Amino acid sequence: MKKNRSSGFDRRNTINFYAFIAPWLFGFLVLTVYPMLESFRLSLTDTGFTGDGSYIGFANFIQALSTETRVLTAFKNTFFYVLMFVPLNLILSFFLGWLLSRKIKFLGFFRSVFYIPYLTAGVAVTIMWGWLFNGTYGLINYTLSLFGIQGPNWLGDKNTALICIVVMNLWSIGNNVLIMLAGIQDIPTSYYESAEIDGASTWRQIWSITVPLSTPTIYFNLVMGVIGAFQLFNQPYILTDGGPVDSTLTVSLFIFRNAFEYGKMGYASSVAWLLFVAIMVLVLLIQSTQKKWVFYGDS
Amino acid sequence: MQKAKSFHAQKAVGRTMIYLILGICTIICILPFIWMLLTSVKSTAEAYKFPPTVFPKKWLWTNYTNGLQKANFPLYFKNTAILTALCTIGTVLSAQYVAYGFSRFKCKGSKLWYTLMLATMMLPNQVTLIPQYLLYLKLGMVDTYLPLLIPSWLGGGAFNIFLFIQFFRTLPKELDEAAFIDGASTFQTFVYIMMPSVKSVSLCVLVMSLVYNWNDFFTPLIYINSTKKFTLAIGLQFLNSSMGTTKIGQMMAVAVATMIPVLIVFFLCQKYFVEGIKMSGIKD
Repeated sequence: MKKNRSSGFDRRNTINFYAFIAPWLFGFLVLTVYPMLESFRLSLTDTGFTGDGSYIGFANFIQALSTETRVLTAFKNTFFYVLMFVPLNLILSFFLGWLLSRKIKFLGFFRSVFYIPYLTAGVAVTIMWGWLFNGTYGLINYTLSLFGIQGPNWLGDKNTALICIVVMNLWSIGNNVLIMLAGIQDIPTSYYESAEIDGASTWRQIWSITVPLSTPTIYFNLVMGVIGAFQLFNQPYILTDGGPVDSTLTVSLFIFRNAFEYGKMGYASSVAWLLFVAIMVLVLLIQSTQKKWVFYGDS
Repeated sequence: MQKAKSFHAQKAVGRTMIYLILGICTIICILPFIWMLLTSVKSTAEAYKFPPTVFPKKWLWTNYTNGLQKANFPLYFKNTAILTALCTIGTVLSAQYVAYGFSRFKCKGSKLWYTLMLATMMLPNQVTLIPQYLLYLKLGMVDTYLPLLIPSWLGGGAFNIFLFIQFFRTLPKELDEAAFIDGASTFQTFVYIMMPSVKSVSLCVLVMSLVYNWNDFFTPLIYINSTKKFTLAIGLQFLNSSMGTTKIGQMMAVAVATMIPVLIVFFLCQKYFVEGIKMSGIKD
């Protein structure tokens, strides 16, 4: 009798569970699982605009990895961007988050000031940066000229274009700053009080209390930051079109062009899979180090 | 005594440093906007002057009216507003609906689905993009708003679902049980008991998803082709690539105009943005 009741309960639970997750589950199967498998199948074909193509084995991958050197360029640029942007993003957002946690006046004001660049990030702000970085009439080179420095042609120079994109994206990390701030504010003040009694300096307190207890937040921002940075698309597309001399050609832009401008759906899929594998390898590497440095408290 | 004094002096120096750094950051965050605003009321001739003038000699407000008429921007505003509203409503409703299932009902496999749901947060969209596009193409949905709307109504993304799950978990189970004893169906319990209880999360998800959808560039770029269906983001990019820096004042004016709704939402609903950020910091 009891068993029956519990199995009836289980069944009701099962029905309810699936009834509620149904919208997500449908989306997951049709818009995530199927496309992932299909994208792998496409990568082995010469599919064009219409979606029809025939099996060509690993030819796309061979072309991407050896014949077309542009793919290598795109990966190099993307890695360069990730290596520049992600660590700077973490350091800056931790540092600024810490500053904001120092019981300062006008916290609400500073919070808004940091958040607005994140909030407005989009085409409008990208176009604004294009104007600020203008080699002849831009505000940045004008400011430099006040100090007697002749600035480069930023976005028009293959040595600086990608760095400009790093800078403009660092400008809008306000969200991460505030996430860090929330994490730091969660640290019980009693930790600092006892450190203070022991005579620990501010630096010492940061290193021994704030940093270790913020590692879960840092870790979360690191993983999401790496995944996001690998998909850099908007600024290279809007401002530089991948140039000059492919110096801002990212993997995402390469995929977009091949799929939606040249109609090489199969080839673009193979590069998308290479990108996916690269991201997953890096994320798994980061995850494997997690135990060594991420501190999850007592639990 | 001496020591205490120097300690206080040190503290004061530290404070000053903090305000100094925050002050510099404030300038860095705000100055680009101010420059953009000033450029938006300059004539082309004046914008292309070196050294630049800070305040325009003549405030050319007509840049706004002329710029906005350039490419049917009133229509793009309308398109974006409708699309953003529909996507946001879909996200808020479907995310909490799905989250309720994940947080309240345990059965065989429910853990696995939960893990898979969280894992999708880490999936780069390039790997699903092309087959998704081809699927929508076969269904005749390319160049309609459906590819933009459908995902919003199917849970609205793992991150939003996760935020709701976190909150549902803090609600006592007795709430559901009491409703059940009173004869409410599960769906009624969800609508009349649960939805009102998570109103604060709904508002956070609402404001964040408003901004996200308003700014979204990539999805409409992929799916929308006809100019009369453009959203602001792609309309702006279209104008930028056709007119570019030749009429920089008008370009900036249009760019400023597209940001204003986002800023209004922010200043009216600041509280919910701050709450939302705090919640997104919650780690599992």
